[in-house]
Amino acid sequence: MRKVYLDANATTRAHPEVIEAMLPFYDKMYGNASSVHAFGREARKHLEESREKVAALIGAGSPEEIVFTSGGTESDNFAIKGTAAALKDKGNHIITSEVEHHAVLNTCKYLEGKGFRVTYLGVDRYGIVDTDELRRSITDETILITIMAANNETGTIMPLEEIGSVAAEKGVVFHTDAVQLIGKVPFDVKRSGAQLVSMSAHKINGPKGVGALYIRNGTEIDPCQHGGHHENGKRAGTEDIPAIVGFGKTCEIALKHGLEHYAGVKRLRDMLHDRISSGIKQVRLNGHPEKRLPSTLNVSFDYLEGEAIILSLDLEGIAVSTGSACTSGSLEPSHVLKSMGLEQVFAQGAVRFSLDIFNTRDDMDYVMEKLPPIIDRLRKISPIYRED
Amino acid sequence: MEEYTDKVIKHFLNPSNVGQIEDPSGKGKITSPVCGDILELYIKVDDNGVISDAKFRTFGCGAAIASGSILTELIKGKTVEEARKLSNEDVVRALGGLPPVKIHCSVLAEDALKKAIEDYYGKRQKK
Repeated sequence: MRKVYLDANATTRAHPEVIEAMLPFYDKMYGNASSVHAFGREARKHLEESREKVAALIGAGSPEEIVFTSGGTESDNFAIKGTAAALKDKGNHIITSEVEHHAVLNTCKYLEGKGFRVTYLGVDRYGIVDTDELRRSITDETILITIMAANNETGTIMPLEEIGSVAAEKGVVFHTDAVQLIGKVPFDVKRSGAQLVSMSAHKINGPKGVGALYIRNGTEIDPCQHGGHHENGKRAGTEDIPAIVGFGKTCEIALKHGLEHYAGVKRLRDMLHDRISSGIKQVRLNGHPEKRLPSTLNVSFDYLEGEAIILSLDLEGIAVSTGSACTSGSLEPSHVLKSMGLEQVFAQGAVRFSLDIFNTRDDMDYVMEKLPPIIDRLRKISPIYRED
Repeated sequence: MEEYTDKVIKHFLNPSNVGQIEDPSGKGKITSPVCGDILELYIKVDDNGVISDAKFRTFGCGAAIASGSILTELIKGKTVEEARKLSNEDVVRALGGLPPVKIHCSVLAEDALKKAIEDYYGKRQKK
């Protein structure tokens, strides 16, 4: 059976050049970057070169501003808890949005239990926060604003520069979870106004288990792990050199070819959207029509439940995901679509197609061969289906 | 997505008895308080109190669709009194099992059946 992977926002396959770059660091250049001998110095050299590549992708002022972590979730935890710990004497108020990834939301909830106060900003129907509301929410006690760069479910891009300038105006630290955005659309960390930026390798064809937190020089933050002097004293623990080298390579490829690759991804994504819209009735786009990642298409098929759709697609070899309650484990529908004001019945029918640089036109053709009959079949079973 | 048995997948892809019955003897429509899924069941009962026809429709996941399908198979040919004794566990068993998080889908089927039978008795009393 043909296999078509359209769940890139969950994870992607590693680029062959990335894998090739990583392999020698398992069995040939396996030194500990903290060791002073030749093995160690060699590992250190590659560690620092990788740091430069990551810094270059986001336009960081200096490579020391990059701290390698185990990925997006750790970076989010580090940014939020590290800031809260460092600035707790200045205030106890944190501002975030309702549509954040759980790595941010649940870290904020944890801090609420520790005496911090958290404001969760709502979003408009496209999933975008109101910067005026953000400004009004800031008090003398506010120590951190944490708002994502692009949403993992819908791909909607937040007005980072506006948020950054509000934060700067009020002198509040701004963290952004940019895991879904970096490498897909141009991102300049200085223009964003963020002092803290979470990054991940595996969303952009890098290895799993590695990411980074950008920490602008001069930003007050507590270390996330205590131990040796690794990562500028901010994250103790022997560096995972193979993964970090893979991440560096990922960023190098993204810097060189990202725009061109994702222009192609966007063409495929838009083609898929056009063909779904013209071939299937009663479909609605979730997320902003333009201010959106080039890779993400989230649509609701009215009167259907998403799990039934993705199960049917899965049986045809097509991998996608849904915001439906029936797949969440908690049986709660997507908090993102709910915050955008989408009625539950439509949130239940949301399906996310997310593409990466390896998808092809043939993949889209295959989806369009399989999807319309599936929607047809399931609507015949649905007691709430009404034709327009 | 949960691991489903082959039986669940079979009923999901090719459900039995999908649709509505015109002028049914009883109808039950239940919305799951757990997840918002909807299951609608129609039954036709003959003069001997035997369920001669049953049809269903589901707005819901694979397990909820399969539960509706197997339910119609289980009750067809049974008397209303026999059908009344069916529980969600019978639905789960007939499907060769359901993942724990999907057990509530079989409860949806049981509840729709009970409601349809209630509706049937209610209508009979009025006659």
